[in-house]
Amino acid sequence: MTRALALCVLALALALCLPARAVELVDDRGVSVRLVPVPRRIVSVLPSLTEMVCALGRCQRLVGVDRYSNYPDSVRSLPKVGGGLDPNIEAIVALQPDLVLLATSSPAADRLQALGIRVVALEPKNYADVQRVLERVGLLLGVPDAQRLWREIDAGVAAAALTLPPRAKGARVYFEVNSAPYAAGEASFIGETLTRLGAANIVSRALGPFPKINPEFVVRADPDVIMVGDASFTGMAQRPGWAGMRAIQAGRVCAFTPAESDVMVRPGPRMAEAARSMAQCLRRHFP
Amino acid sequence: MTAPSSWRAARWHRVGWVTSALLLLSLSLLLLALGVGSTGFASVWQVGNDPVAYQIVWDIRAPRALGAWLAGALLGLAGAVAQGLFRNPLADPYLLGSASGAALGVALALALLGSTPFATEWLVRLGITTAAFAGAVAAVLLTLLLARGVQHTLRLLLAGVVVGVVLSAISSLIMMLHPEVMLSMQAFLLGSTSFVGWSACGLMAAAWLLSTLVAWMLARGLDGLSLGEATAASLGLPLPQMRAALVAVLALATGTAVAQTGLIAFVGLAAPHLVRSVVKTTHRYFVVMSSLMGAVLLLAADTLARALLAPQELPVGVLTAVLGGGYLLWLMRRRSHTGSVL
Repeated sequence: MTRALALCVLALALALCLPARAVELVDDRGVSVRLVPVPRRIVSVLPSLTEMVCALGRCQRLVGVDRYSNYPDSVRSLPKVGGGLDPNIEAIVALQPDLVLLATSSPAADRLQALGIRVVALEPKNYADVQRVLERVGLLLGVPDAQRLWREIDAGVAAAALTLPPRAKGARVYFEVNSAPYAAGEASFIGETLTRLGAANIVSRALGPFPKINPEFVVRADPDVIMVGDASFTGMAQRPGWAGMRAIQAGRVCAFTPAESDVMVRPGPRMAEAARSMAQCLRRHFP
Repeated sequence: MTAPSSWRAARWHRVGWVTSALLLLSLSLLLLALGVGSTGFASVWQVGNDPVAYQIVWDIRAPRALGAWLAGALLGLAGAVAQGLFRNPLADPYLLGSASGAALGVALALALLGSTPFATEWLVRLGITTAAFAGAVAAVLLTLLLARGVQHTLRLLLAGVVVGVVLSAISSLIMMLHPEVMLSMQAFLLGSTSFVGWSACGLMAAAWLLSTLVAWMLARGLDGLSLGEATAASLGLPLPQMRAALVAVLALATGTAVAQTGLIAFVGLAAPHLVRSVVKTTHRYFVVMSSLMGAVLLLAADTLARALLAPQELPVGVLTAVLGGGYLLWLMRRRSHTGSVL
């Protein structure tokens, strides 16, 4: 009798313990966050996280976003709660969210948590991160198969790589993030896309993801193609010594519009779209 | 020293008058700050029946307003102590390298955050504010070490400048190697009162009470120093000990303010000048009044920063510079007609 009772208690304890393990999630700060209840009012203060929430089909649960979130179009009409680094705490609290998604670099996490709001800090930086963050956001939002979205992105990038003619393979690319100049190296997610397209990057993995480089380095490397945002393309040929570079002389420069640049610089669900734009650029110059 | 008693009485009268005006201004600004925010005055009326409005007013606006007041008070006090200690009207709280030290602490913490799970866990536990405070205090200690103590004003000043420049250079290097920390660093360098909660207020209040008390007790040393070091020593003041304690006050006040609110410009420099422009008094009252002036200045700037573009916010550092700088320039213009600079 006592043994049966003990077994019952044990079974009950197990039943209580087992699901308890799955109701928490460790975010990128190393903080445990509870998964229940499934959030219904979400504020996102990082554009790539906003895009993930929407790509996972939970756009209608967003009640506020940061001022840089501009995709998909439906988020443009949502209340803006400042930027990721200068979020307006009061505006966020006034929206009564039951989940705030932000980057680990955001200074607001502790403050919001102290005010009793569930905060999850996630920072996608490369392909592996995007896969991991998508899975976590899926878990948080109760979306059963977040990995399917990842497989679509992955397949999209692979498909973009297949559109490239053999001549474009191995093209040496310089991708400029801004005119300081900061470059996207092999170690960045932009560099990963280029590698998967079969292009070579003049900024090696050893230099880190987004190194500030000496303009002379670019002139010496003499890339086949330059990819750059509109804003920093202006005046590029006037930089000392740059006019002599083959890519500039032959016009093998792809200047992306601000909207295209947004797609390029966000490690999120539109990475396949970014890969297609880069592939299109390479095809244009290496037919 | 031997001022006629009627003149002295008039001066005390003025000290009392200005101090109560500053206190009254603080109180009304605190009340105003409770009402200004992204949703305007509406939430104050609903405090009684809307839990969200209650949370916004009591847990966000109240600590933020009080935090701005306290951070301003700390910076104003530190500014007055620095200007008295170095007998230099251009001295500001960040003079001994504390600002660049705090910035370096933050840059290091941000760069290490996420580098290894171990470092991340510890940094999350300690927080960026601890890193900033530790950086500020370490920079002041380094300055003291390089100046070999507090005896020589000029050596201390030079060491402070050198430490400041070298530490900022290291921060720039870290930012260059880890460009991802740059945006967060910029937010810190501009200063913000957005994230001040009750616990931060508690820390700042404790630091303010302690440093005001010590500065009040050591004000005689500052009075003596204003007559020159030799005269001060001949008055029998224990200068080395007083100086060391005043440097400690400077480091504590600045470090605490910087850790909680980032590098807010100009409050520490302007507040003592603003006090001097309305009343001349001994350091005992001067440090307290500078502190109150700094508090009023930062709280006014913070309230304006929230109100001008609501629901967006202006960086509060921009407004302190415009408000304080504008007033100082106006004073200088007015004074130059009567012959004196300030």
